[in-house]
Amino acid sequence: MSGFAIFRGIVARDVRLAWSQGGTGSMALSFFLIAVSLFPFGVGADPQILAKISSGIIWVVALLACLLSLDRLFQADYEDGSLDDFALSPLGLTGVVYAKILAHWLATIVPLILIAPLLGVMMKLPSEAYGMLMLSLLVGTPALSLLGAIGAALTVSIRRGGVLMSLLVLPLYIPTLIFGVGVVDAVILSGNPHQLLAVLGAVSLVAFAIAPFASAAAIRLALE
Amino acid sequence: MHKYANPAKFNELADKILPWAIFLTVSCFLAGLYLIFFEAPDDGEQGVRARIMYVHVPAAYAASATYFSLAVASFVALVWRHPLALIAGRAAAPIGAMFTVLALATGALWGKPTWGTYWEWDGRMTSVLILLFFYIGYMALWRAMEDHEKAGRASSILALVGVVNLPIIKFSVDWWNSLHQPASIFRVDGPKIAPELLTPLFVMLVAYQLYFVVVLLWRMKLEIGARKIEMMRQVAMSEGRRV
Repeated sequence: MSGFAIFRGIVARDVRLAWSQGGTGSMALSFFLIAVSLFPFGVGADPQILAKISSGIIWVVALLACLLSLDRLFQADYEDGSLDDFALSPLGLTGVVYAKILAHWLATIVPLILIAPLLGVMMKLPSEAYGMLMLSLLVGTPALSLLGAIGAALTVSIRRGGVLMSLLVLPLYIPTLIFGVGVVDAVILSGNPHQLLAVLGAVSLVAFAIAPFASAAAIRLALE
Repeated sequence: MHKYANPAKFNELADKILPWAIFLTVSCFLAGLYLIFFEAPDDGEQGVRARIMYVHVPAAYAASATYFSLAVASFVALVWRHPLALIAGRAAAPIGAMFTVLALATGALWGKPTWGTYWEWDGRMTSVLILLFFYIGYMALWRAMEDHEKAGRASSILALVGVVNLPIIKFSVDWWNSLHQPASIFRVDGPKIAPELLTPLFVMLVAYQLYFVVVLLWRMKLEIGARKIEMMRQVAMSEGRRV
């Protein structure tokens, strides 16, 4: 099999697994819905307060939903030995990591982006911000999958490493969060989010360039 | 460099350096304290409170500098597999975390009377807080794995990823509107603060770095000893003796 066929095969397999029974795709989506709906109970249903914090809450909860689903990104394949096989494939371990990250983003994150406008309605997001909310998620969330893969790879051999992984990954998420929310707020306040959107894209691109290599190094370490 | 990979050689070298380093550290701190309290002038607006600067600024500087050494040690550990580099990284992390906490705490105490707030979500404070999270993550990851070598290298990967935060700390005061003043000491066109303030500050900066060296060597010696005990215990267990 050529490298590209393997790449496609892994992406298709992981997307299918994420949406099969017991997969993380639907769970992350349900978590996203439930966790966002908690906030009106917590801070009160005052539309003005909700409108002010809606973009931040949607971004933070999307980030947490991503974190929850990352726990098993490499672990299942590590436990049943598939990762050893993948490491020897012509695609190389770094290529496999790219494939698994892409699959994670497609299966888990894209549904969150698609449902985000609905949560925007519930959270009284100002109407001019819907497009930019989705665009900011589209541009920024690849960084979440990419950086999260580093944490998932570093903790792959640790049983119940989920909490530790959060500790490692959350600080890495902060720039994405700052600029992601910044883009939405800029549209509401000044109508000009383009500069921040470019920075958000830059964060994703830097993560794209670095994260798979760091993740592959960490997995190689665990496989030794 | 690999000459000192031998722990016995390293211990010998450390024992030679340590007495001098301790002597210099203590004298620098004493000299610094004298300069701070008897030589440095009161600040016109802030009065005596401004003297907390001499504790705060070196701590903040040492917090980033220690992270930089941690990253260098991690790089050496990953690329050349130098065994002492792992130990140096592990020994440096808690010292750096302590500097970071000190910088945040003295900053809060200084901020309350001068800016009217203990904490503000200002670029520099936030990025230093993130620095603390990286230190904590590094130490937690190390403790989570049993195999010393693997734990060390995994933590080293994390430490290298965290390096992206260092330029953010340095330039945060230029990028965001910050309560902190822009860079005034380490500038391309030379320091911009008065010499009678600069001398005590500089002495304290050196004192903090010397303190780092002393504690680092102590902790590395301890870590080498702990590794030795661990290895002896494993040998004893494999021989079926009770330990």
